[in-house]
Amino acid sequence: MNRLRLAALIPMLALLGGCNLVVMSPAGDVAAQQRDLVVISTVLMLIIIVPVMALTVFFAWRYRASNKQATYEPDWDHSTGLELIIWAAPLLIIICLGALTWMGTHLLDPYRKLDRIAAGKPVPAAARPLEVEVVALDWKWLFIYPEQGIATVNELAAPVDRPIHFRITSSSVMNSFYIPALAGQIYAMPAMQTRLHAVINKAGRYQGFSANYSGAGFSGMRFGFFGLSEGDFEGWVAKAKDAGGTLDRAAYLELERPSENVAVKRFAATEPKLFDAIRNLCVQPGKMCMSEMMALDAKGGLGLAGIHTTLPLAYDKYTRRGGEAPFGAQPAYVASICSIEEARAMMAQVPADTTPRDLTPMRGLGLPLPALTPRRPQSFSELLSLARPSNS
Amino acid sequence: MTDASAPHSMLFGRLTLESIPIHEPILIATFAVVALGGIAVVGALTYFKLWGYLWREWFTSVDHKKIGIMYMVLGLIMLLRGFADAVMMRIQQAMAFNGSEGYLTAHHYDQIFTAHGVIMIFFVAMPLVTGLMNYVVPLQIGARDVSFPFLNNFSFWMTTAGAVLVMMSLFIGEFARTGWLAYPPLSGIAYSPDPGVDYYIWALQVAGVGTTLSGINLVCTIIKMRCPGMTLMKMPVFTWTSLCTNILIVATFPVLTAVLALLTLDRYVGTNFFTNDFGGNPMMYVNLIWIWGHPEVYILILPAFGIFSEVTSTFSGKRLFGYTSMVYATVVITILSYLVWLHHFFTMGSGASVNSFFGITTMIISIPTGAKIFNWLFTMYRGRIRFEAPMMWTVAFMLTFVIGGMTGVLLAVPPADFVLHNSLFLIAHFHNVIIGGVLYGLFAGMIYWFPKAFGFRLHPLLGKFSFWFWVVGFWFAFMPLYILGLMGVTRRMRVFDDPSLQIWFVIAGFGAFLILLGIVCFLLQIAYSIWKRDELRDVTGDPWNGRTLEWATSSPPPDYNFAFTPVVHDNDAWTDMKKRGYVRPLDGFKPIHMPRNTATGIVLAGFSMAMGFALIWHIWWLAAASFAAILVTAITHTFNYHRDFHIPAEEVVQAEDERTRLLAGSRA
Amino acid sequence: MASSISTAQNAEAPVFYLRDEHPHPEGHSTPLGFWIYLMSDCLIFAILFAIYGVVGGNYAAGPGPKDLFDLPLVALNTAMLLFSSITYGFAMLTMAKGRVAATQAWLAVTALFGLAFLSIELYEFRHLIHEGATPQRSAFLSAFFTLVGTHGLHVTFGTIWLFTLMAQVAKHGLIEANRRRLMCLSMFWHFLDVIWIGVFTFVYLMGMLR
Repeated sequence: MNRLRLAALIPMLALLGGCNLVVMSPAGDVAAQQRDLVVISTVLMLIIIVPVMALTVFFAWRYRASNKQATYEPDWDHSTGLELIIWAAPLLIIICLGALTWMGTHLLDPYRKLDRIAAGKPVPAAARPLEVEVVALDWKWLFIYPEQGIATVNELAAPVDRPIHFRITSSSVMNSFYIPALAGQIYAMPAMQTRLHAVINKAGRYQGFSANYSGAGFSGMRFGFFGLSEGDFEGWVAKAKDAGGTLDRAAYLELERPSENVAVKRFAATEPKLFDAIRNLCVQPGKMCMSEMMALDAKGGLGLAGIHTTLPLAYDKYTRRGGEAPFGAQPAYVASICSIEEARAMMAQVPADTTPRDLTPMRGLGLPLPALTPRRPQSFSELLSLARPSNS
Repeated sequence: MTDASAPHSMLFGRLTLESIPIHEPILIATFAVVALGGIAVVGALTYFKLWGYLWREWFTSVDHKKIGIMYMVLGLIMLLRGFADAVMMRIQQAMAFNGSEGYLTAHHYDQIFTAHGVIMIFFVAMPLVTGLMNYVVPLQIGARDVSFPFLNNFSFWMTTAGAVLVMMSLFIGEFARTGWLAYPPLSGIAYSPDPGVDYYIWALQVAGVGTTLSGINLVCTIIKMRCPGMTLMKMPVFTWTSLCTNILIVATFPVLTAVLALLTLDRYVGTNFFTNDFGGNPMMYVNLIWIWGHPEVYILILPAFGIFSEVTSTFSGKRLFGYTSMVYATVVITILSYLVWLHHFFTMGSGASVNSFFGITTMIISIPTGAKIFNWLFTMYRGRIRFEAPMMWTVAFMLTFVIGGMTGVLLAVPPADFVLHNSLFLIAHFHNVIIGGVLYGLFAGMIYWFPKAFGFRLHPLLGKFSFWFWVVGFWFAFMPLYILGLMGVTRRMRVFDDPSLQIWFVIAGFGAFLILLGIVCFLLQIAYSIWKRDELRDVTGDPWNGRTLEWATSSPPPDYNFAFTPVVHDNDAWTDMKKRGYVRPLDGFKPIHMPRNTATGIVLAGFSMAMGFALIWHIWWLAAASFAAILVTAITHTFNYHRDFHIPAEEVVQAEDERTRLLAGSRA
Repeated sequence: MASSISTAQNAEAPVFYLRDEHPHPEGHSTPLGFWIYLMSDCLIFAILFAIYGVVGGNYAAGPGPKDLFDLPLVALNTAMLLFSSITYGFAMLTMAKGRVAATQAWLAVTALFGLAFLSIELYEFRHLIHEGATPQRSAFLSAFFTLVGTHGLHVTFGTIWLFTLMAQVAKHGLIEANRRRLMCLSMFWHFLDVIWIGVFTFVYLMGMLR
């Protein structure tokens, strides 16, 4: 069996020479350190794996039934010394590996600011990292450069040897932001933000993609990542500036619609704070931002007055793939209201309802028979006029 | 694709003629084959007048042995479906280069990889493992049946009902396009409005009821039904691993039930547990599903470890080395399996300390696992190893599994996981442990206990063909995936743009072809052995010179397993009996108290399936009616107080005399 | 083969089997099995509590517990369930004495308390929904309705089971099988009581303090 397997391995090794094991030979310092950990851990484990495999083959051959010369001890089933070794050997390896893991994990925490550009090359004290905001859309990547003011779709670039700080989110479902040559991946999740610190050490074009399945267009969620010299990077930014066009909220909502295998797009300007609006799910005007909502919730919510501060969803990523729960209410969103007073004012605009609203405690005589369907304000036009864009 | 304004009728819910995928030629061809095969089987059963026999002797049977065999049949049938999915994926990925889109649309391909995962875990590995435990455990502990024989039958049919729901999705509507764990928000109503995820939910919920109940049943059986003398530390190792597995089932499947129920509420009632907005939190789902999901892999592997222990000891003709440490290792793995779930999502932004904690707990599991490997190794040491098929699978397992274990520990190092997570390296890793561990174990177990169940051995030569095709095919199919993973290729991709990858996918496809030959040889082996059963007959009941109690009775065992309850003095009870002059009793037989067959299980499962189907398609009247029917059937069942009977002494005498005659014949 | 020599009677040779039927009376595993089931059910509640713990403060700028809960009403409800547990205890005591009619009476009282509990809970739910505080309004409300509703669903099934058992006791009297079943339901009923105490404390009382 082993001979067969070896025979199978030979052409494979030949093939290996011709292919690009990017994980094993990355161009970024973070990925290189991760590669080192992969190698060290593997070698550490081989210390025990190789003897086990060898012993398995040897024992299987030596103690085969036809070999009557081999010792046969049918009742030998215990040896304290041997058992001590059996448990201690893997334990020792795991202690080493565990220590390595603890250090490596803290050192290579994607949230940790870089302290070196490459081995023996600390980050210069004056260097500020390049800020890039990453948004996973259905099914393409949006990159916003807040310092440069530009934005691109499915193309990312960074100057060589300058630390990069990514802030990552998603507009709808989970994706994973991964450029194998640069650094390990991190998930892009809606209404959440993850971070990644990395640096690219060699100029070139690298492959980036989503590493977490996100629906029909997932296979096409690829982008090019360019490591450029300082001057080339300026040129790259200028190219985006020349492209014209502004990525404002309206343009974003248009871009956000599902599309597959999208070609590179460039925007000369970006609306400020767009990334924060995306992360807080409030690009759509009049929708309450998650940050506001969480601040309100921390103070105990908006009370009974806040019950009806929702509006039906006319356009959103929710309606675009369809879907309404059979027993649920229609898709809605929370209107951008920041205080109880505002909520009250909004409720005052609701046209008089035929059924009396009863916000008294639950006990009481003459309580109207509760209806099973939730009551909603009947006209939303008044509410819409009240709602103001968030982040204004 | 349906949308929110899809038609909804009172009678059929959202089920319309368009739900039947007549525009998909692949599905229509599959349907034609399945339909023709089905008609042939039904016709044959009718022609040979076998329906009554099947109903009386199998479908309504509460005999743990028959239920065990039915589980195995279910698992093997579903293996064919799951493997067909695998082959389709391999072909697609080998084709979709240089601008080619392959032959599968995203709509179809995404269903296939989801169905492959769901079927292989829930409807192949689980039934096969449960089936073996069901068959073997009561025999190994010297019991007549399990603690709750009716529940056992009910559990089996619930599992089957779940499997049928998954199969239905092939021809009516579609399956989920979310990946086998259906992470929200993608699996939520906003992004997957179609019935696919509903099929997923209800198939798993219906089958989950069966799994949980069978877990409770087997835990009770092992704790309460052991024969005199069998203390916990004298239980065979397979029984020990079964106990731990079933404890894990009872302690984790409710988590799956709960988390799927919450996803159901999100999808049906519009609640906000796992939505992006309104305060929902998809991370909760990811955590909870893995709190179930990680122990689940130990649910599958522990019984396989038990099988390897039995097989190694039997075919080395030697007591198991380090029984006590083997048992403790099993228990430690059981406990630790709860403390590692986060290693499935190191890349979701947890802090470094949290990641290291879960990384290190994961590595710690490799210590007891390593101890187990050494114990098998030293069981072989100074043995007399007979290389029958089960032992070959075991050696192949030891050589394959250590590689899978090594890559597993590697993935437990968080910074390494950052570069390998969701890559084909990960795919190669878990196939390496699930095929190389669970599946090899199941093959070893099936071949090992086959003569016990049917009274004749499996044909050895075809078994060897099957073995070599599987083992070589496995390396061809998954080594390229390790390499592709290191090339930064991620999982679940449908098309590729880098042509240098193609050769590896072609090699992997060739591996899948070899595995196909392995499966064909296995099926041929069974068919050929049935044909030649008289030549392969074993009349002793102990064809391998076994060591545990199941080999003390005839093959196949009588309904009552043991005419007299055995008394155990040693771990290897049967070896001990053979060594110390056990004489088989020939008289003094008494009537034996046994549970009576019942149709309630299959009826309840049928109604559950109808309810699941109705809920998937929003046919509310049918859902309500089936639910009412379930309730009425269950209550009616409790009014039946006569659930047992006695096998008359004469019948026992007859069966035992027959065995005496056979034994005398074999000695002559 | 010397069949006359039974190993069981030979003092020298070890005993390898029992001549007499080893007693495994019907239902001897049932209490253990039912306990294990209860623990698995407990795990479901544990998950629901955990979920409530995580999203219980996510009001989505809507109402919180203080705005919605009516503590005196819930206290009344709690009393109903606690009383039902006590009366179930009395039913078990009378069952031990073998008094069929008294057992049935106590079971009926238990069922009444159970139904009262359910009615008050339904009333509370309908009131909340009427106000617009639906399970869809926020993750907090989703978790609240699901946790409390799952408990209510358990009580509903417990009540159906209770009526079934009353019919069975009426039909067959306090035979062994019925006693075992009453014992199982007793465990179930008290288990739901314990869960409710958790709900009352964790959801309602601590919610008012939030």
